[in-house]
Amino acid sequence: MRIYLHTDEAGQERGAFKMAARGGRGGGSGHGSLDKSITLPPDEIFRNLENAKRFAIDIGGSLTKLAYYSTVQHKVARVRSFDHSGKDIEHESPYEVTVQEEITARLHFIKFENTYIETCLDFIKDHLVNTETKVIKATGGGAYKFKDLIEKKLGLKVDKEDVMTCLIKGCNFVLKNIPHEVFAYQKDSDTEFRFQTNHPNIFPYLLVNIGSGVSIVKVEMEDKFEWIGGSSIGGGTFWGLGALLTKTKKFDELLQLASKGQHTNVDMLVKDVYGGAYQTLGLSGNLIASSFGKSATADKDFSKEDMAKSLLHMISNDIGQLACLYAKLHNLDKIYFGGFFIRGHPVTMRTITYSINFFSKGEVQALFLRHEGYLGAIGAFLKGAEQDNPNQYSWGENYAGSSGLMSTSPDLCPMQRTRSGTFDMFEMDRLERPLVNLPLLKDSSTYIPDTVDLTDDAMARKYWLTCFEEALDGVAKRAAASQPDSIDAVERAEKFQQKYWNKLQTLRQQPFAYGTLTVRSLLDTREHCLNEFNFPDPYSKIKQKENGIALKCFQGVIESLDSLDWKERQLALVKGLLAGNVFDWGAKAVSDVLESETQFGFEEAKSKLQERPWLEDSYDEWLDRLKEGPPHKCALIFADNSGIDIILGVFPFVRELLSSGTEVILACNSGPALNDVTYSESLIVAEKIAAMDSVIQSALKEERLLLVQTGSSSPCLDLSRLDKGLAMLVRERKTDLVIIEGMGRAIHTNYYAALKCESLKLAVIKNSWLAERLGGKIFSVIFKYEVPRE
Amino acid sequence: NKKKKFFPWFGLDIGGTLVKLVYFEPKDITAEEEEEEVENLKSIRKYLTSNVAYGSTGIRDVHLELKDLTLCGRKGNLHFIRFPTHDMPAFIQMGSEKHFSSLHTTLCATGGGAYKFEQDFRTMGDLQLQKLDELDCLIKGVLYIDSVGFNGHSECYYFENPTDSEKCEKLPFNLENPYPLLLVNIGSGVSILAVYSKDNYKRVTGTSLGGGTFFGLCCLLTGCSTFEEALEMASRGDSTKVDKLVRDIYGGDYERFGLPGWAVASSFGNMVSKEKRESVSKEDLARATLITITNNIGSIARMCALNENINRVVFVGNFLRINTISMRLLAYALNYWSKGQLKALFLEHEGYFGAVGALLELLDTA
Repeated sequence: MRIYLHTDEAGQERGAFKMAARGGRGGGSGHGSLDKSITLPPDEIFRNLENAKRFAIDIGGSLTKLAYYSTVQHKVARVRSFDHSGKDIEHESPYEVTVQEEITARLHFIKFENTYIETCLDFIKDHLVNTETKVIKATGGGAYKFKDLIEKKLGLKVDKEDVMTCLIKGCNFVLKNIPHEVFAYQKDSDTEFRFQTNHPNIFPYLLVNIGSGVSIVKVEMEDKFEWIGGSSIGGGTFWGLGALLTKTKKFDELLQLASKGQHTNVDMLVKDVYGGAYQTLGLSGNLIASSFGKSATADKDFSKEDMAKSLLHMISNDIGQLACLYAKLHNLDKIYFGGFFIRGHPVTMRTITYSINFFSKGEVQALFLRHEGYLGAIGAFLKGAEQDNPNQYSWGENYAGSSGLMSTSPDLCPMQRTRSGTFDMFEMDRLERPLVNLPLLKDSSTYIPDTVDLTDDAMARKYWLTCFEEALDGVAKRAAASQPDSIDAVERAEKFQQKYWNKLQTLRQQPFAYGTLTVRSLLDTREHCLNEFNFPDPYSKIKQKENGIALKCFQGVIESLDSLDWKERQLALVKGLLAGNVFDWGAKAVSDVLESETQFGFEEAKSKLQERPWLEDSYDEWLDRLKEGPPHKCALIFADNSGIDIILGVFPFVRELLSSGTEVILACNSGPALNDVTYSESLIVAEKIAAMDSVIQSALKEERLLLVQTGSSSPCLDLSRLDKGLAMLVRERKTDLVIIEGMGRAIHTNYYAALKCESLKLAVIKNSWLAERLGGKIFSVIFKYEVPRE
Repeated sequence: NKKKKFFPWFGLDIGGTLVKLVYFEPKDITAEEEEEEVENLKSIRKYLTSNVAYGSTGIRDVHLELKDLTLCGRKGNLHFIRFPTHDMPAFIQMGSEKHFSSLHTTLCATGGGAYKFEQDFRTMGDLQLQKLDELDCLIKGVLYIDSVGFNGHSECYYFENPTDSEKCEKLPFNLENPYPLLLVNIGSGVSILAVYSKDNYKRVTGTSLGGGTFFGLCCLLTGCSTFEEALEMASRGDSTKVDKLVRDIYGGDYERFGLPGWAVASSFGNMVSKEKRESVSKEDLARATLITITNNIGSIARMCALNENINRVVFVGNFLRINTISMRLLAYALNYWSKGQLKALFLEHEGYFGAVGALLELLDTA
């Protein structure tokens, strides 16, 4: 018997470790004997144990969820100006790039079967080196049962926390921090999982936890919640009664039976009572009049499947009805469902959703959570980590270290016969700075960053997954090449390639695994995977070189622009911005050109651009606005690529804005992504330009030109998760123009974003498929100038 | 001077499981009338009033008979008869044999079966049914029976100290000003109505977990074959062996949420364990089924009462017949979980109100 480390590698067996041939699989109730015969692989689960602290454990009926906090040491590329003191050394590069170690905080959550608890505890003990931890927070029904074992094995004192308090703390935490945490389930639509936009205000809500029984909790504020009701008819009833009726012992198997049965053989329907004519009550004939009503006879046998199905309907309907009655009484329209009855089971999500729709007549929405299984562990962890103030930070899901929704669902992976022996993981990175909404968003509660929902659009999904697969080889090669001095770079690059490849395969099977699948999430996942294998910035050297080349051309470009009259200059500036945007290592079409034609430069890029009228062309309106309107008070610019893009495209444009009296906030990414310019690079670039150009110099000095970081490390842009400092500055300076540049930020995301002020979205489409979709050809130009309607 | 109504006077309620039949037996028949009474009619009257059981499954609930009733200007007794719905064809057959169709009467019927068997009545019995809305009939029946009382006693009652076997008392309740009230009719399934006046009511909701569910699950779990048998088993069982209580999880009360240790946390929750499945008796399972269904109905009724802002809840329906376990549990649960705000009321004629309503409709219509 093998144990599968089934993390993100859908259906792929990772034979990293094996089990002895004796039985003892847990499954089912999990109250069986402990299985000690597995060997755990050190670097794949329970990662970073060396620095782990603040443990928490949530032991449920069959699954254990372990949480810990650790610091992750990883490499980051730092840029630094050369020391100019004294010597007049001429450097080829404008600045130096060094690789440094940085420490960031990460939350680890691991879910495994109770049968492996002893092995896991031993493993943790063996690898726990550096910790001053004395206690472990524990919650869940099993916390009592395993208390002694935990204390003995880990030498930590078990400190028990209330189950429901933990659950709600965990729920609040994921609702606030994880985009696309919440989804509605629609079995009969193309998109089974409808992920919800995070609402800025998550309260109040109803949490219906369906464990062995049902608890209905109203949550009004972070620490204010109330148990408003419950029901004894819950998951334990399905399981217990189901086991009696069908002699099937395991919960999952009962659900499987139910999904195959016909409840109409067991239930008395309205049409069974009324015959053909059941319209009088305005009820549908297929409604159940009496659950198990047809089994009220001693002389008939019923199939296991049919009874299980009838039981499932009876329980789901009952819970849905009560939940609706409570929602109505408390005037709430959002109900989150959790508990083992729901956890990862499309069958129960479907019946519960049906029931809520039926009983509320569509007024209440049944919602589910991607990380529902982890809520208790997250809450218990937060209880123990209060002194680290985890609630003061923003956190982000690490796609590289997280297994994704239903990584172990038997319904979706029929090949995988059992959930036993699978380890599910969830990791969150602490973000250095808190993230908030851009204050200029027209409606933050309906803002959706992504232009195309790839969970929805199967054609687009297929294209982009293939596109990312095809580009992967090149990305891995560049990653290896970026660290020529490292002996294991090639090996790490291969691991990266394997990991990201597996993620892509998972997403082919389960596009909903990490929330709505988008080009952004595919790009972000790639960045997370690169970071995972210590390739923090594969493009740092390329960016350094290109910045150096572009800086040398800066003055020439300015001179030629200054020789033009006003009107010609405006068009030249826009064309420059667009030509700069051609230099994008993220686009395969471009990276191929850049690798083969080393002389490809600014002028060559300009010649590639589409002639006007562009694919999307509101340039005339923009020009009229500049000509006739007063200068803008302050422009916020989201920059894209390093090198020619930022230096010869963006800066001359910024310079023109400054000259006409507009203040400029230039926002660049906090961390590296592809060849996008980072905040620290932008500082050096600005300094170099200032040395050549008095307009930029004085603007920097007088703080009319401000360089800020976005808080993001993504090649795309989520305007609902931006650095708090940026948001404050935008407000202070009364920003009235937002310029978003590049395919990632202006097309894959924000193409439809509505803002409260004027905006410019411009990009060159460097992907022929996307260009075709938008009705154009490769290197088509998007120039979208928008004025909000009054 | 109402138009004279021809005898016989019947009201029929054909439910999912049981057929309820009420029959008005006139006791003021004049000699002249006796003379005129056709043979068929006489034979029906004699058959119904001289027997307490009909065939192998028909039963007359003699203890419910209402004596010396004045109805539509006539004096007589009201009889209450029931038989399983699956014997409906035999009933129609009998009607046909007794030449029911030759009589000057309309057969008023309510319940789903009025629709389902309409065609059979027509073809087999040569009878045209007058179909009536079951909720209209139910409310009409309840209000009427309560107003005439139960042979000098109160039709409506409640329980004092329902959980105390020593002190538990069944006490009369005066429903003189009944409105608003929540009417919970527990047949095979459950319907819940909010009644604001004689003809202002609405169906609030219903649940499929009703009497049919109790009996159906009992048949599957215990192999019993009658409702009476199921109830009898339940009366001897112990549901706490089957159900997981709050104290089984928390060792006592769950104070954080104010839950008492005796409350059921998970119905059938102990049956997840193989050892426990092997140690429970059929009686325990029957009891747990009864408790599960009853508590659930109580819970839904309580939520409806809160949402509708009604504090009197009247439970009717044949699920409650000879079922004091459920009635006392409903009485207790409603009071406990509402902190004394809600009162559970019961009516002596449990499941017959629809049929009574159908009979009244017969007399009301021209």
